[in-house]
Amino acid sequence: MNVLSTNAVEVGYLVAAVCFILALKGLSSPRTARRGNLVGAAGAAIALLVTFFAEGSHFEHIPLILLAIVVGTAIAVPAARQVRMTAMPQLVALFNGVGGGAAAIVALMELNRLSGAISAGADKDWGNQAAIAFTVLVGSVSFAGSVVTFLKLQEIMTTRPVVLPGAAPLLIVGMAASVVLGLGVFGTGSLALGLVLLVVGLLLGVMMVLPVGGADVPIVISLLNAFTGLTVAAGGFVLHNTLLLVAGTLVGASGTILTRLMAAAMGRSVMGVMFGALRGGSTAGSTAVSDRPVKSVSPEDVAILLGYARKVIVVPGYGLAVAQAQHTIRELAELLEARGIEVLYAIHPVAGRMPGHMNVLLAEANVPYEALKEMDEVNPEFKTADVVLVVGANDVVNPAARTDPKAPIYGMPILEVSEAQQVIFLKRSMRPGFAGIENELLYDPATSLLFGDAKESLTKVVGAVKSL
Amino acid sequence: MSGVALLAIFVLAVFVGFEVVSKVSTTLHTPLMSGANAIHGIILVGAVIVSGEARTGWELAVGLFATVLATVNLVGGFVVTDRMLEMFKGRSLQGGRR
Repeated sequence: MNVLSTNAVEVGYLVAAVCFILALKGLSSPRTARRGNLVGAAGAAIALLVTFFAEGSHFEHIPLILLAIVVGTAIAVPAARQVRMTAMPQLVALFNGVGGGAAAIVALMELNRLSGAISAGADKDWGNQAAIAFTVLVGSVSFAGSVVTFLKLQEIMTTRPVVLPGAAPLLIVGMAASVVLGLGVFGTGSLALGLVLLVVGLLLGVMMVLPVGGADVPIVISLLNAFTGLTVAAGGFVLHNTLLLVAGTLVGASGTILTRLMAAAMGRSVMGVMFGALRGGSTAGSTAVSDRPVKSVSPEDVAILLGYARKVIVVPGYGLAVAQAQHTIRELAELLEARGIEVLYAIHPVAGRMPGHMNVLLAEANVPYEALKEMDEVNPEFKTADVVLVVGANDVVNPAARTDPKAPIYGMPILEVSEAQQVIFLKRSMRPGFAGIENELLYDPATSLLFGDAKESLTKVVGAVKSL
Repeated sequence: MSGVALLAIFVLAVFVGFEVVSKVSTTLHTPLMSGANAIHGIILVGAVIVSGEARTGWELAVGLFATVLATVNLVGGFVVTDRMLEMFKGRSLQGGRR
């Protein structure tokens, strides 16, 4: 449409880049988070408009491009609006993957143009060829890796680490091959080599994520998110587009920090998450169900324990979210409070599937914000609690994190529920938690178990408390 | 723009990226990751540019495919982040006031 001069376009991109910085800044604080996100979206809209009206853009394909954007929106909006909040982490992983895939394709198309120009006698463009190689490789790793994290979180495939025979040497071979191919693309600008690099990148992405255990997957999503950011930044080099460069770099840098923060919250190192299973260190634990005796109780027993307590702490976990029992637990808490009992919620940083996931889920059920206590705040409270009610959580209260150096969760800070007088677990079965290890606490004499779906169990307990 | 100028922008952006998220409570890790995820969907601009420059039908088809993927990343990312944050609305302000 050739309306905007190059300078005007650059100014538009600058405005968009500032919007993205403000978006990340806003997202770092609860008060400004939502506004921050909207500022980011506005920045993206500005950038897109400016691109369409840029001078020198010979866009005879604009109607088709707009159609493609409409199609993408029609796919994305219903998915983002309708997904259950429990399934949200894997949706974010998918969104991240397609972004990486798009960047890899964009780079391949530039390579196609470049290799055509080179065979027509043009000079090689070394910087561009290096950036293209990087974008294709990391973009395809991010795409394939994200798909595997999706399959793991959706439990389409096992959440346990998958270590194929010879996985470690294969991974090294794959990495070496990708470096050689990357150098090949850099040196020759050949499209064929670029396509082989794409395939190797996809395989490498799968190989890197397969050995990661289910509980660590959120860290990998965050890492792949940073990868995609860097891919987009390299895409900015390729297209000489400052906005892609700045936005991608921002995400790459902030994503790296966020990945380290997440890993720290779980007591893990990023290297340990990625390569621990290959070294054979972190796959200890078994899925076998032990037949040791446990104390199984009825909803009425639970009601009596709760109804005559002075202080109750609820530990909500992913099981609560899956059963959609957020509203029932709130009803129970309100009943207990009406009896003069103090009720707190203990939120582990990684309760649910991702840091902060449980806060989102409970906020959805209108649980008062002030009753939600973070781990450091609530751990001293367990000593004075009469009853701890663990609903669908397991790994975050597993003492193995402190006592068993072989456990995959060793070193992760936990909620110290064993300090309380009584612990009640609401569980579906004796199946181990997401990390795939047994919980000694289940066999403790002070522990009672109420088996069944979290929502049904809680509904029965609510009924029993009412009739006390 | 020269490669060196682009490199300078890259280095400065790295520092900005490190700075803006250095202090975040765990409560916001998930929305922040999701928001950052949406921002790299701006590769849509790149997909639009290469689609616009396509000369053959094959190039156009691949470019449009990348455009669809990038749109899913960009639009879906912002919408899902907004949905997460919608649930904090008011509640966090209330907590802050007391």
